[in-house]
Amino acid sequence: MIALPKTPRARREALEGYIFLLPWLLGFLLFTAGPLLASFYLGFTSYRGDRSWPDWIGFANFTKLFQDELFWQSLKVTVVYAVGFLPPGMALGFGIALLMNQRVKGVSIFRTIYYLPSVITGVAVAVLWGFVFHKEFGILNSVLEWFGVAPISWLFNSRWVMVAFIIMGLWGVGDGMIIYLAGLQGIPTELYEAASIDGARRMRRFWNVTIPMMSPTLFFVLVTALIKTFQIFTTAYIMTRGGPNYATYFFSVNIYNTTFVSLRFGYASALAWLLFVLIFLLTLLLFRSAKFWVFYAGEKEEAA
Amino acid sequence: MTVGTEQIVQTSADDEGRKLGTAETIVTYIVILAGAIGLMFPFAWMLSTSLKPLDEVYSYPIIWIPSQIVFENYIEVFKKVPFARYLWNSFVLSVLGIIGNMAGSSLAAFSFARLRYPGRSFFFIMMLSTMMVPVWVTMVPTFVMFSRLGWLDTYLPILLPAYFAVPFFTFLMRQFFLSVPVEIEDSARIDGCSSFGVFFRILMPLSVPALATVAIFSFFFYWNDLLGPLIYLRSQLKFPVAMGIASFQTEQYANFALMMAAATMAVAPMLVVFFFTQRLFIQGVVITGVKG
Repeated sequence: MIALPKTPRARREALEGYIFLLPWLLGFLLFTAGPLLASFYLGFTSYRGDRSWPDWIGFANFTKLFQDELFWQSLKVTVVYAVGFLPPGMALGFGIALLMNQRVKGVSIFRTIYYLPSVITGVAVAVLWGFVFHKEFGILNSVLEWFGVAPISWLFNSRWVMVAFIIMGLWGVGDGMIIYLAGLQGIPTELYEAASIDGARRMRRFWNVTIPMMSPTLFFVLVTALIKTFQIFTTAYIMTRGGPNYATYFFSVNIYNTTFVSLRFGYASALAWLLFVLIFLLTLLLFRSAKFWVFYAGEKEEAA
Repeated sequence: MTVGTEQIVQTSADDEGRKLGTAETIVTYIVILAGAIGLMFPFAWMLSTSLKPLDEVYSYPIIWIPSQIVFENYIEVFKKVPFARYLWNSFVLSVLGIIGNMAGSSLAAFSFARLRYPGRSFFFIMMLSTMMVPVWVTMVPTFVMFSRLGWLDTYLPILLPAYFAVPFFTFLMRQFFLSVPVEIEDSARIDGCSSFGVFFRILMPLSVPALATVAIFSFFFYWNDLLGPLIYLRSQLKFPVAMGIASFQTEQYANFALMMAAATMAVAPMLVVFFFTQRLFIQGVVITGVKG
């Protein structure tokens, strides 16, 4: 039961609280909760965006999904990208943060440079990468040529295109790096000193101090990166439109096309909800796994 | 928030509390430097291509440094498409988006951080959980709603949500408000200040750095956003830069010199803003990330 405020002052404060909350509450109802419920409903209809009331078709959209090749393809593309990008992306970001955390001069300049590509994003950058990957005039192939690699048709070969997307993703590792760097600087030096006194060598200190102390940060970056990776859209839409031969037909590109190209609003809503549930389950799984590998300094001290 | 990351970086000892050997330092430098050059390559190449005479863009092997610097490609972009209009539209969208995000998020954040009322933590948890909802789930009904309102091809569907407290910004502002000592507020309240007074006269003036962070993030969002304009805008004269380049690209796919000139112009304002505000930018990321 919610306790109601008793004194007039508390009642006034509560009223003011609701008044200040109003913008968020309205936005929540109009732009999040309302549409969320509506799209859940639409997922069970054959709605096509016209003015008539949507026809209820039960689970038809969902049974159709399982026979829909494009759905499976988009799911596969998205998962393959996540698996191919997240581990190297996280390792690289963390590695760079470790290097930068050393006492090197000019670290703030390097930090800016490494962080820059994850800030400057969007259409212009996708267009730029389209040129970087160009078979004849792109720089990537001309750099590879120095090492004797024959020109690769990055964006028009369904085998290489995923590699191209992962390379492009890795360009933005600075995003995680900034957060790791802040995390590394939050580790108390006493821990390293104590470990040294106990005779721990460098690698030992890394595995037994740095890694456990950084695990909450690594966990946070993993969760946010996973959510982001599952919704990748702009680069795929601009660079390949999901091609060649659906090799970059990411889940979000499929939802976009189903909505605005095929005008199957009901089916698209079912797809979107499936994506939502998928992301939710994966996040839940990560949170469940956290107790096995994420170390929270406060908790353990009590236990010991 | 008063402790800049800048400062943290400079004062932090290397993680093992000892200095690196010379050989190690050199290796570290080489690795970091090589990475930095590699990361800047695409940008440098974009700039170089945009300033090249046409025949040098399509030459084999690749010409890295143009024999002469020409601005033809830039002029050509303005001739082929209303690029000045695109830039202006992006500017307008960014400014209106910044105002909306600053106003909306700070009002709600004040409520979450400073006022007590039944259901506050419930609402706060609701807000945090909506941060996880993909745009794709709400897209179809939102599109239907705005098109029924007759708002297609206007900026309203793109801008309006900003004025209703976007969760990410609200969270950022709340974290900042929590760090302001309550004593300042208490003494003002004893002097007869209402919550509105506390908000406008005390918290807002103290929150300039946090508001600036919100402004920077919203600038980047509106400058880069493709999905919103792609869904809602129809007439070319209303396109912001991102959408303008996207449509330009479909016509001029093979004309890399023009595309790179356009891309350079789209990226330049972001670079300028980032270089001047990177301290606030990084603080914002750290506050919402690590301390969250």
